[in-house]
Amino acid sequence: MIKGLKKWRLFSLLAVFALFMAGCGNEEISTFQPAGQVANDQFKLLLLASGIMLLVIIVVVIIYTVALFRFRRSKLGEDHIPEQVEGSHTLELLWTFIPIVLLLILAIPTVHYTYKLGDVKAMEAVDDDGNAENLVVDVTAKLYWWEFEYPDLGIVTAQELVVPTDEKVYFNLIAADVKHSFWIPSVGGKLDTNVENVNKFYLSFEKESEGLKDGVFYGKCAELCGPSHALMDFKVKTLPRDQFDSWVAGMQETAEEPVVANADGEEVFSQSCIGCHAVSGVGESGAQGPNLASFGDRNRVAGFLEHDEENLKDWIRDTQKHKPGNTMPSFSKDQISDEDLDALAEYLMGLKVAK
Amino acid sequence: MDLNTKFTPETWPAHPERATLEAKNKFVGFWLFLGGETILFATLFATYMALKNKGPSGFGFTTQELYTLPLVFVMTMLLLTSSLTSVYAMYHLKSFNFKKMQLWLGITALLGLGFLMLEVYEFSHYVQLGFTFSNSAFSSAFYTLVGTHGFHVAVGLVWITLLIFRNSKRGLNLYNATKYYTFSLYWHFIDVVWVFIFTVVYLMGVIG
Amino acid sequence: MSSVAQKSGFGATLWDWLTTVDHKKIGILYLLGGLFFFVLGGIEAMIIRLQLITPNNDLVSAGLFNDLITMHGTTMIFLAAMPMLFGFMNAIMPLQIGARDVAFPFINSLGFWMFAFGGLFLNISWLFGEVPDAGWTSYASLSLHSPGHGIDFYAIGLQIAGGGTLMAGINFLVTIINMRAPGMTYMRMPLFTWTTFVASAMILFAFPPLTIGLFFLTFDRMFGGNFFDHTMGGNTIIWEHIFWIFGHPEVYILILPAFGIFSEVFSVFARKRLFGYTAMVFATVLIGFLGFMVWAHHMFTVGLGPTANAIFAVATMAIAVPTGVKIFNWLLTIWGGSIKVTTPMLYALGFIPSFVMGGVTGVMQGAAPLDYQLHDSYFIVAHFHYVIVGGVVLAIFAGLHYWWPKMFGTMLNELLGKITFVFFFVGFHLTFLIQHWLGFWGMPRRVWTFMDGQGWNLANFVSTIGALSMAIGFTVMVINIIMTTIKNERVGNDPWGDGRTLEWAIPSPPPFYNFPATPLVRGLDTLWIEKMEGSKEMITPAEPITDIHMPHGSIIPMLMTLGLFIAGFGAMFHQETSWGLGVLIFGLAFTFVTMAIRSLKDDLGYYVTKEQILQDQENIKRGRN
Repeated sequence: MIKGLKKWRLFSLLAVFALFMAGCGNEEISTFQPAGQVANDQFKLLLLASGIMLLVIIVVVIIYTVALFRFRRSKLGEDHIPEQVEGSHTLELLWTFIPIVLLLILAIPTVHYTYKLGDVKAMEAVDDDGNAENLVVDVTAKLYWWEFEYPDLGIVTAQELVVPTDEKVYFNLIAADVKHSFWIPSVGGKLDTNVENVNKFYLSFEKESEGLKDGVFYGKCAELCGPSHALMDFKVKTLPRDQFDSWVAGMQETAEEPVVANADGEEVFSQSCIGCHAVSGVGESGAQGPNLASFGDRNRVAGFLEHDEENLKDWIRDTQKHKPGNTMPSFSKDQISDEDLDALAEYLMGLKVAK
Repeated sequence: MDLNTKFTPETWPAHPERATLEAKNKFVGFWLFLGGETILFATLFATYMALKNKGPSGFGFTTQELYTLPLVFVMTMLLLTSSLTSVYAMYHLKSFNFKKMQLWLGITALLGLGFLMLEVYEFSHYVQLGFTFSNSAFSSAFYTLVGTHGFHVAVGLVWITLLIFRNSKRGLNLYNATKYYTFSLYWHFIDVVWVFIFTVVYLMGVIG
Repeated sequence: MSSVAQKSGFGATLWDWLTTVDHKKIGILYLLGGLFFFVLGGIEAMIIRLQLITPNNDLVSAGLFNDLITMHGTTMIFLAAMPMLFGFMNAIMPLQIGARDVAFPFINSLGFWMFAFGGLFLNISWLFGEVPDAGWTSYASLSLHSPGHGIDFYAIGLQIAGGGTLMAGINFLVTIINMRAPGMTYMRMPLFTWTTFVASAMILFAFPPLTIGLFFLTFDRMFGGNFFDHTMGGNTIIWEHIFWIFGHPEVYILILPAFGIFSEVFSVFARKRLFGYTAMVFATVLIGFLGFMVWAHHMFTVGLGPTANAIFAVATMAIAVPTGVKIFNWLLTIWGGSIKVTTPMLYALGFIPSFVMGGVTGVMQGAAPLDYQLHDSYFIVAHFHYVIVGGVVLAIFAGLHYWWPKMFGTMLNELLGKITFVFFFVGFHLTFLIQHWLGFWGMPRRVWTFMDGQGWNLANFVSTIGALSMAIGFTVMVINIIMTTIKNERVGNDPWGDGRTLEWAIPSPPPFYNFPATPLVRGLDTLWIEKMEGSKEMITPAEPITDIHMPHGSIIPMLMTLGLFIAGFGAMFHQETSWGLGVLIFGLAFTFVTMAIRSLKDDLGYYVTKEQILQDQENIKRGRN
């Protein structure tokens, strides 16, 4: 840890001040309530930077206000000719030197954290048996949805990232069509998903999402990617390691023992949907549409609509109305009748990972 | 200084290209313009180097196979020589020898034309091989860099041709001296750019 | 020949403005053109804010929203802020250095028409219903993916306008290098001239990359190029680098002239010499230089690696030092002065706290790891509006009130000016201050709408109310301009009474030849020196009055640009129509022919004789009494 950052008292004081001034936002999405080491480091940097900047602002405002009150022509008289001062070397040096010192105080931790947060060496690490030591998730951003593959576990999901708490999770990020950006504000800063190269970084999730308002953290696309950029949300469920392991096991089982809540619905699905959507959680990324193996567990329809059958059916009937520019076709009554749609919705809502 | 003044070699100023305020402005302005052009070509070079040999999977062109140095060497010689002849022309501009200046500029233009024709031949050869503009990122970057230079050569040719014919009857004065002079600056500039293209694109492409 | 033998009538006036090469008239054209686009961009901004007033609003569709943000950004930067600053540079800078005109009057006119037609081309996209929609940054993967001709309008429109900007930049540089009056050394130039000089140098080096980037985009979209298509070996990150190598200097190109305007305003209305002039000049040059070293701080989240991020983070922070020097020098200029709070001064005083806010948030974003959170959130929206509205727009409004009498010969109403300021200034802070927090609370920028229940509702509502207040302020200003123009009360040389620089030594508006005799400059704040010495004429001439050489007006600049404008449509439609290619070739040929006419036909200008000048000066004097 850097020495300058050990002044915790100053920090906590500033923190109280900042939070008092600011309001903290919503816990599931605010950078003011960091829920992991990365976001926490960034928050510390924010407090340090804000502190220095507040100091600068205060100094400027004091000089400014005093000057404004003391040197008014209305006080000095219309004919007053002030002394035409050329400048002052001492002052010039002073206000060159002090900002440099202030910036150095900020620059050193900046460089430190840049390297710390950019360190992904452990990504490749394997134990004696050749198994990866750390959880790696491959994220593929596609026009308005997110695909999450766990290459070492052989499973894939979409729209809802499930991760274990209290360990570093490493991410491989890429975009399949246009550039997007992967951002979970309360857990850590963003990293772009480029089209031509894989970006790597890590996050650590130090708070279970269970107690949150919706039971999930919010994730966002942070790079303009077309009409529905604003709706390209995803959710993050953080579980203790043992629950995570059982979730993984459940996902792996979906390949052999699929849940069928409505047999008619399954029939409709296999006729109209299966070309793009898989219901087995075992697989790799690269699907046409989001994997639906755990659809019933999810928090939103299409990433942002309330998770109920009505919205699901509305969505299938007219996808463009909800998410303009997305690539899923809409299904009219000729293609899927109202009855079939009811069955399909029930079937989809029943797709849950056994626990 | 009046632009209509008639000069003799004795009264002709030592620096006719910046003898009036208008001329001085053009002179400085053109240098600045060339500064901007340098950045323009630098951007093209950087892009070319980033996209060199990059194409869709399985595309079959590399700099080693594509370029043939002998042809490019001849082109280089033509352009370098034309730079030299334009220096002769400027020498005659300063000594107020209009006929000889026109002659050397004519030779410059012919050499430039030769260069351009060889470049057209080179490009058409590549196109026949299938290395079209749309073939790959590599081809797009190649044609844009070398083609932008070729376009500059073509503009220079039109420019000097118009100057030569426009002024053939009325000789040299302070009004058109700057025009001739800035042309020669321009011509040197595209010559220098070509030296870089020869090195970065062709030599480094074949050897590197 | 304005005052010597002027024809009257609407047609003649129109022809005069279409063909003018007088820097003062071109300045006015730039200003009016910029104001027009400012109104357009402002309307776009209002619709954006109204859409975001409540969650799940559907005032505009998602696609239209992206059109609006793209056009708002592009319009405000390229077609409003820059042209208005160019207006001041054109109208005032030659006067400040005691010149009769700019170095290249013809190219000056060409630059204006390229801006005008480029802006027109860009905005015609609204009529086609295919509008640029990939943001003003037009990142390559999205801009290639975008259907229709929207991005084509962006690429070609900006290409034309950008060419004009480059010409203007070279023109100002040469003017300042070659045409300063006797005694006007570099270190005696007013700060506005200095900042014009540095900004022009930055234009010269920053715009060629934009030109190239736009060509790549044009080629990729319209001519089968593959620069950015990664399936063909291309690379979209190249666009990001090229764009920001241009884009970062661009923001300094905007802010430096703004600094110049405020430097003038502070010292005039504090009746005091600018504190630390030398340091101010040095800081300007340093900012200009560093401006080219920091482009990748817009790309911290692109994945350039920790080393690149660390280097660019530290370089970015370094810019805060010269900027801080400037702030403190302004503070010390008013310290010990005699402050008169006129409308321009009010804007200058409002600028200091606003810009400091924008500056410090800039440093915060310079801290790369922190920027991972702030980048592309509403924090950045707040930051750049704080520097661009709090810096550039306030400067433009200050300059508008400050130089209006010099450009038009009549004063804007002070009371209305102050009302404008209050509405605009309060609205500005109301709109953008809260957006910093929206960013902290996780709201990404460029979102068409937002869901309820994320804690963003109130802040967005407040922000929209602030925007309405800004709109009211601006409307008052337009009313002010109209009323002032109708009343048309003429003013003398130095209506503010405290002018320090040469432009205040000559009539408002100045005669078309500016100075009957080139002035002799004996120090910084030339006019102030003359005033303090009690000189009656306010100018010490450097030479006796002689004949003045003036350039002819010309319609060719407009025609040349018209050719490019036509060619633009040809390029855009050549793939889907049979006539496209023909139109493209015709347009380019038209431009070439007009250019050749210009080049082949000698234009030696004309002379205003000594007698005419003396007569004219006599008339001015008589008119004043």
